[in-house]
Parts: sequence; C-alpha cells; structure tokens
Amino acid sequence: MLSPEEWGIVALSLKVGGVAVLATLPIAFALAWLLARHRFPGRVVLDALVHLPLVLPPVVTGWLLLIAFGPFGPAGRWLESWFGVSLMFRWTGAALAAAIMALPLMVRAMRLSIEGIDRRLEGAARTLGASPWHSFWTISLPLALPGILAALVLGFARSIGEFGATITFVSNIPGETRTLPLAIYSALQVPGGEAMVTRLALLSVALSLGALVLSEWLVRRTHRERQRHGD
Amino acid sequence: MAIDIDVARRLGDRSIAARFTAGPGLTALFGPSGAGKTSILNMVAGLLRPDRGHIRIGDRTLFDGAIDLPPEARRVGYVFQDGRLFPHRRVRANLTYGHDIVPAAHRWMTLDEAVQFLGIAHLLDRWPHSLSGGEAQRVAIGRALLAGPEILLMDEPLSSLDTARRNDIMMVIERIRDELKLPILYVSHDRAEVDRLATSVVAIGE
Repeated sequence: MLSPEEWGIVALSLKVGGVAVLATLPIAFALAWLLARHRFPGRVVLDALVHLPLVLPPVVTGWLLLIAFGPFGPAGRWLESWFGVSLMFRWTGAALAAAIMALPLMVRAMRLSIEGIDRRLEGAARTLGASPWHSFWTISLPLALPGILAALVLGFARSIGEFGATITFVSNIPGETRTLPLAIYSALQVPGGEAMVTRLALLSVALSLGALVLSEWLVRRTHRERQRHGD
Repeated sequence: MAIDIDVARRLGDRSIAARFTAGPGLTALFGPSGAGKTSILNMVAGLLRPDRGHIRIGDRTLFDGAIDLPPEARRVGYVFQDGRLFPHRRVRANLTYGHDIVPAAHRWMTLDEAVQFLGIAHLLDRWPHSLSGGEAQRVAIGRALLAGPEILLMDEPLSSLDTARRNDIMMVIERIRDELKLPILYVSHDRAEVDRLATSVVAIGE
C-alpha cells in the first residue's frame, strides 16, 4: 500500500520522534521536579523559558535554533570543534527541534503528577530507614509514573507533528529531515500528489491516535494494577 | 531506655515547646487539638527540625543543635494518624519496605513474626486502598516494627476507627507495650484512651 519512499518517511518520523522524546525525558523530568518542588531565584524565568516554545511561532523557535546551532552560532561552533558534529540539515537537528517543541508539554504533564504526590509518604519512607535517594526511587518516581507516561506520549505526538521549527532549522531534505508533516507539505506542492497526501495524512492520524490509545491503556493499566485484588 | 526530650520550635505564630523524659512503657502526650503534639513527634522522628533543644534515646543523641540525625538514622518508628501506607505497594511490600533497607543487626522481628503478632496473614496480597481503617493501621504498625525501631511514635492511631476496631488496636498497642517492651510515645486528646494505655502522661499545651 505504501511505497518504499513513504515507508522511509514513516521510519524517519518515528526515529526523530523517538530520539527526541527519549533524550528529552530525563531533562524534562529534572525541570518538572525543580519547578514543582523547589523555590529558587530565577524560578519564574526558568518556568517562562521552558514554556516559550509553546507560545512562540515555531518558525521563530527554528530561527533561534539556526542562530544557536548554525556554523557560526555559539552552540554550533562548540559541537563542531569538540565533537566534529553539526546538526545542520541532519536528522539529529530535526530531533533537536522536535525535542525543544515537545519540552513544555512534557514538563507540564510530569510537573502535575509530581505536585500530586503526597509528600508525607516520603516522610514515612524516611522514618523507615530510606535515604532521600532511596525514597525518590521507590516512592516518588513510581507515584509520578502516570505523568511520565503521559509526557512520553504527548511529547511523541508533538514531535512527529513538528513542522515549523524543523523546516526553518534543518530544511526539507528527503531521507534526512523530511518527516511526515514536511512530506505532506512537499506532496501538496507537486501536481498529482493528492493520493500521497491522503495516505500520509491518514498515517499521521493513525500514529497520533495510536499513541493516544497506548498512553490511555498504560495509564489505566498502572491504575488497575493498584486497584486489583481489592475487596 | 530513657527518652530525654527538650525541644522548642516556632511554627508561624505558634510556639511549641516540650520538655520531659519518658521511661519504659507507653508515655502519652496528652492535650487539646492544636497544642503541637504531632509537631513534637515530628521533631523526634526527624521530620521537623527544632529551633533549639535536644533529643536523646538512651545514650544516643538524635538532636542537640550540632547533631541532627536524618530520620533514616534515628531508629524511631512512626505510626501516623492516617496509616500513610504506600499506595503503589501491596501489603507485603509495605511491610518489608523498611525491613529490607535497615542493617540486619537492627532488625528484631521477622516478617512471619510480625504477621502473626498482628494477625494480618490474610492481607498480604491486598492493595492498601482495599483495607479497612483497622486493617490499614495494623499494617502500618507492622511496617514500623519491622524496620527495627528502638522506640515507637504513635500519632492518634485510633482516631479514624469505630469503637470495635479501636478496642482491637488498643489490644495490639498493649501487647507492643507489654510483650515487645518497646517504649512508645503516644499522642492523644482522648482521656479514656490515655487512661487505659498510658504508663505515664505528659500534659502538652496547658
């Protein structure tokens, strides 16, 4: 049903989305924890920075990435000289753009669930001999799990849908940075591309719905696991 | 083992202070609601730092301004008013939580002994949310005992129970006091409870 080219587009989208979300997860969790649990100078600024990609036009985010990670940008020069790596026009750059765009959603989802943890349970764990770290791994983290799962799915859905920042930052290169939304956009420019647009659009819908259903199922399962054997 | 407590702490516009020594048996901290009884237990457990004073158990200093042991190093068991069981762990995993962390030399009760002592064998595979108030409180007591404490703090452990269950749990507390000979600091505002359980009484906030 799908051509090899279309399969390639799907595979690239999954790769970009997967890498973006998995690489962002620990950073997003640390930010969510910091914002939920700690009061420090600059907290409001950090909170605003994290949320910026949510409210900025994606094109502007892409342009900022271009300035920072371009050959003459501070981050770009640093990566180039230390690791010999450039993100320009590479799928890794697309993953970075997707990660930045997904970050606010992921932080929000996890922050809510961290704020929902009854901190007195952590106190109880301490009186039972748990160090702060042990209490974190055995109490706080498992209790934040539904939020982490929600963040993964939301972030993944946002990542594979990313368009504006990606095309601005890493352009629209077949096989390298042409993810599903960019491929749909390109097919729309080509006379007779409607059939491909339809297939790719349906695929997008299926992927997003699939992610949503998966998260719903995961959250319910964690919940049911705790409810089962009741009464 | 003597418990020597002299603590003071300001919380907002309230100031909480207590000074007493407790011997073996059950020492009731008795006083009206809002007198700071729970805060005193929290200071003994290491969950709330006193502004000044000291806390000693036998010859171990838990707090004296310079020394401030973290809760996990105090060997102070705590049974909370609301049980506070871990909702994502079954009863068995709640019971063994502290038991599995503390050094083997600190433990003085096995899981089997605790289960037998409290009569909770039929609850081991259940989730905390499915327990009645009395069952949850038994599990909370077992969880605290299994971590090998030298003293036990109890914060109104009967307050959420009906009369029949209260009597059940009071019998358990008497057996901890008399059979296990574990010193207990017990917070309550109920005169009848204190009359029945207490070896000695400390009036708080009068």
